[in-house]
Amino acid sequence: MNERLSRAEFWRLTLLGTLAFLAVWYLARLLHLAPPQFLPMPHEVLLRLVDLFHTPFAGHVLVDHMLASLGRFAMGFGLAALVGVPLGLMMGWFGWLDDIVSPLFDSLRFIAPVAWVPFAALWFGTGIGGPTLIIFAGAFPPCLINAYRGAKNVDIRFLEAASMLGVGNFRTISEVLFPAAVPSIIAGLRIGAGLGWMSLVGAELIVASSGMGNLIVRAQSAVATDIVMAGMLAIGAVGVVIDILIRRIETMLLKHRQS
Amino acid sequence: MATIEFTDVSRVFQRDGKDFLTLDNINLTVKDQEFVAIVGPSGCGKTTCMRMAAGLEFPTGGTVKVNGVVVKAPGPDRAVVFQQFALFPWKSVYENIDFGLRSKGIALEQRQQVIAGYIDLMNLKGYESAYPHQLSGGMQQRVAIARAYALDPQVLLMDEPFGALDAQTRVVMQEELVKLARKNPRTVLFITHAVEEAVYLADRVVVMTSRPGKIKEILDVKTIREQENWDRHAKIEDVMDLESFVHLRTRIWKSLREEHAGTDH
Repeated sequence: MNERLSRAEFWRLTLLGTLAFLAVWYLARLLHLAPPQFLPMPHEVLLRLVDLFHTPFAGHVLVDHMLASLGRFAMGFGLAALVGVPLGLMMGWFGWLDDIVSPLFDSLRFIAPVAWVPFAALWFGTGIGGPTLIIFAGAFPPCLINAYRGAKNVDIRFLEAASMLGVGNFRTISEVLFPAAVPSIIAGLRIGAGLGWMSLVGAELIVASSGMGNLIVRAQSAVATDIVMAGMLAIGAVGVVIDILIRRIETMLLKHRQS
Repeated sequence: MATIEFTDVSRVFQRDGKDFLTLDNINLTVKDQEFVAIVGPSGCGKTTCMRMAAGLEFPTGGTVKVNGVVVKAPGPDRAVVFQQFALFPWKSVYENIDFGLRSKGIALEQRQQVIAGYIDLMNLKGYESAYPHQLSGGMQQRVAIARAYALDPQVLLMDEPFGALDAQTRVVMQEELVKLARKNPRTVLFITHAVEEAVYLADRVVVMTSRPGKIKEILDVKTIREQENWDRHAKIEDVMDLESFVHLRTRIWKSLREEHAGTDH
């Protein structure tokens, strides 16, 4: 039952799923299962979303909220990747570093990113620092773990060849472990980006003036559920775009490899 | 001067709390610029011998010395050509050959010269920027041999380098290696299970017993090759037709057959 579906069939089924979802949604309203202010109808959400592009809410139009969020995301996620990937690779190469970092890391990584909110605010403030820390807390573990596993799973032949060629530690990490681990690293970045982006709303609970999380929180206190949902929709859509961009990077990096 | 000395080398490995002897009392000296081939039934530990000279594995008894120094780690003075090539798939042909040279800290200009030389010698011209997966098996192994020779190692270790190639490619590679080895003599330890290959390439052929691997006999090929002037023939099939070649090959073949018979029952 795993044969590949034709493209037309794929789109037909996708459409079917979407329509079924919308039908249940409308039905819930038409049968008065939820009051209008608790559950806006899909077309109302869409119209609100379009409206948010030119009508400011919580002080900014949608694009500005989104840019503020993306800026924080880029900081937190970029930091997670820049620290996590090299550290993971080095832990995969140097046993002593693995022994130093692993116990600490393993006990910290199960703490939900949002749990860092109080300390993030206290240590780094509510501007750019606090939210960055929370997104970092979400994105960092997968970046590190996948780089580490990728480095650990490198084919021993490549390591033997490198040592035979007299290649030192630094070049072995950057020119053997890193390229060999790219598929695993990219998978980690995708998970990390997803978790980081998801931590965003939590991060922006502590930011007063802008961002998608802030927009949703402010809409909630105004009981504007259509705005809440429009914000959710926008967050989801941008998340998909981020994922697609990372996969593009992977294709680019792996274009010389055997399929 | 580069020599490889195996002195009373044995190797035991443990499985399920039991000791298994895989190599038993190996004594062998590969002289400077000598080409020695080791043949033996599969599992006799011949590859382990090569890996111990490379520093990728270690004996549990006895010593392995290269140039009189006990081998402790791999290094570019002992270049290895692996059976599965072990080229880096993310590096081009040029970068694969260059990787070891860069690590030796050789200046760019000199590296370019050396690489160009071996690319020429190994018939890889025009493929400098190709990636390994775009090449045939024979070409990949030529890159691996170029990578090893480019290091200018004192010792070359080859582990069934042509084992993964088809018969025609193999013959071409054997002829090329003979040319290369005569032009560029190095101390070579060559592991193979193909008797003809060993006789064609080597100065001496070491025949090993089945496990636990011991040295059964060592045959001098070089004296016969020089007496009978095999090198006047450019093609391997002409050499293989010579009576002196056939005689040697059959002798080693019979010796190995006894070992196979020993493991069969």
